[in-house]
Amino acid sequence: MQLAKEVKYLIHKEVLLEWRSKYTINGVLLYVVSTIFTCYLSFVSLGDKLTWNALFWIIMLFASINGVSKSFLQETKGQQLYSYILASPAAVLISKTVYNTLLMLVLTTIALGFYTLVFDSFTPPDLVMYYVAVVLGSISFSTVFTMVSAIASKAGNGGMLMAILSFPIIIPVLILLIKLAKNAVDGLPWENSYDEIAMLLVVNVLMVATSLLLFPYLWRD
Amino acid sequence: MNKTWWKILGSVLVIYTAIAGLLLGVPHLPILNETIRNLYFHVPMWFAMIVLFSISVFYSIKSLSTKSEIDDIKAVESVNAGIVFGILGLVTGAIWAKYTWGQFWSFDPKQNFAAISILLYFAYLILRNAIDEEQKRAKISAIYNIFAFPMMVVLLFVLPRLKDSLHPGNGGNPGFNSYDLDSRMRMVFYPACLGWILIGYWVYTIRFRLRSLENKQQHN
Repeated sequence: MQLAKEVKYLIHKEVLLEWRSKYTINGVLLYVVSTIFTCYLSFVSLGDKLTWNALFWIIMLFASINGVSKSFLQETKGQQLYSYILASPAAVLISKTVYNTLLMLVLTTIALGFYTLVFDSFTPPDLVMYYVAVVLGSISFSTVFTMVSAIASKAGNGGMLMAILSFPIIIPVLILLIKLAKNAVDGLPWENSYDEIAMLLVVNVLMVATSLLLFPYLWRD
Repeated sequence: MNKTWWKILGSVLVIYTAIAGLLLGVPHLPILNETIRNLYFHVPMWFAMIVLFSISVFYSIKSLSTKSEIDDIKAVESVNAGIVFGILGLVTGAIWAKYTWGQFWSFDPKQNFAAISILLYFAYLILRNAIDEEQKRAKISAIYNIFAFPMMVVLLFVLPRLKDSLHPGNGGNPGFNSYDLDSRMRMVFYPACLGWILIGYWVYTIRFRLRSLENKQQHN
C-alpha cells in the first residue's frame, strides 16, 4: 500500500503544481484551439467527414506530444533527484502517466467540443463511440509519450528525439484510433468496433507493463 | 558457434536456393506466373530480420543486468545487420508488387507497417548517436530497444490481419500453402529460410568482431 500512497501523493503534487501556474493546460489548450482554427481556415472547402476525422487525430497527436513531453523534459535535475529520494520509480512513472491521462482527457474533451462547434457538419452520429475513441486515445497517448519523454530527457536532447522516438511507436495506435473514430463517424453498429477497442486495450496493457519493467533501470543514473 | 560447419551449410543452402529457386518447376498460376519464385527470396529476408532483431533484444535485456560493453555491441550490431535484411525485404517485395499489383508502392497496409517497423530501428540508431557517454548510451538504447520490440511484433504480425491487404496470406488472399499442392516449393523454401538466417547470423558475428577489434584499438 506504500505504492498507492506514494502515487496519490505524487499526483496531488503534479496537479497542485499545474494549478498554481496553469501553464501547460492553458498553453496546450491555446495550441489546440489555434491549430483547429488554422485548419478550418486552410481547409474550409473540404466537405469530407473522414478527412476532418483524420485531421482531428493529427491535431490531437501534436497537442499531446507538446503536452505530455513536458512531464519529464521540463523537470530540473534537482526535482528529479528529490523525487528519486522520496518515492519508488514505479510510483513516479504511474503518477506521471495518470496525471498525463487526466490532462489529456480534459484537453481532448474540450478540443472535441470546440471541433464540433466549429465544424457543424462534422458532428458524429454516434457521439458515445467517438468519445470512447477519444478516451482510449488519451490513455494511449499518455502511456506511450510518458515513457518516451523519460527516455528522451535522459538522452539529454529534448524536442527532436521525442518526435523521432515516439512516432514509429504511436503510428499503429493512431491507425487503430482513426479506424475506431471512423466507425463512429460512419455510424456503424458497436459490434464492428470491438476488434479495435480490444486491440487498443491490449496495446496499452503491453506498453504499461514494459514501461513499468524498464523504468527502474532508466531512473537510476 | 565458433565452428565453421554452419557457415558452410548457410552458403551451400543459399547457393542451392538461388539456383534451384530460378530453375526448378513451380505451379503455374494466373497473375503470379513466374513471380511466385520471389517467395524464395522475399520471405527469408523477413525471417532473417526477425531472428536478428530478437538476438538484439536478448542482448539488450542482458546488457541491462550485466552492464557489459560486449552485450551492448552485440545488440547494436545485430540491429545493423537486421536493418539490411529489412530493407532487402522491402525492396524484393516492392519489385514483386510492380509485376503483380502494378506499382512498386501501393500503400498496402503490409508495406506501410513493414516500413514503419524499419523506422523504429532507425530511431534506435539515431538515439544511439545522440548520446556521447558510452555507459549511458548502452543503458538508454537498450531500454528503447526493449520498449520498441513488442510494438514491432504488433506492427508486423497483428495489425495487417485487421486490415484489408493484397498481400498473400492476408485479407482472405491465399498464402503459399494453398498454391503449393505438390510440395515442390517446400523443397526450396525451407532451405532458403534456414540458409538466409544462417547468413544473417554470420554477417552479424563478423560485424560484432570488427566492432570489438575497433573498440580494443581505441582503448589502447
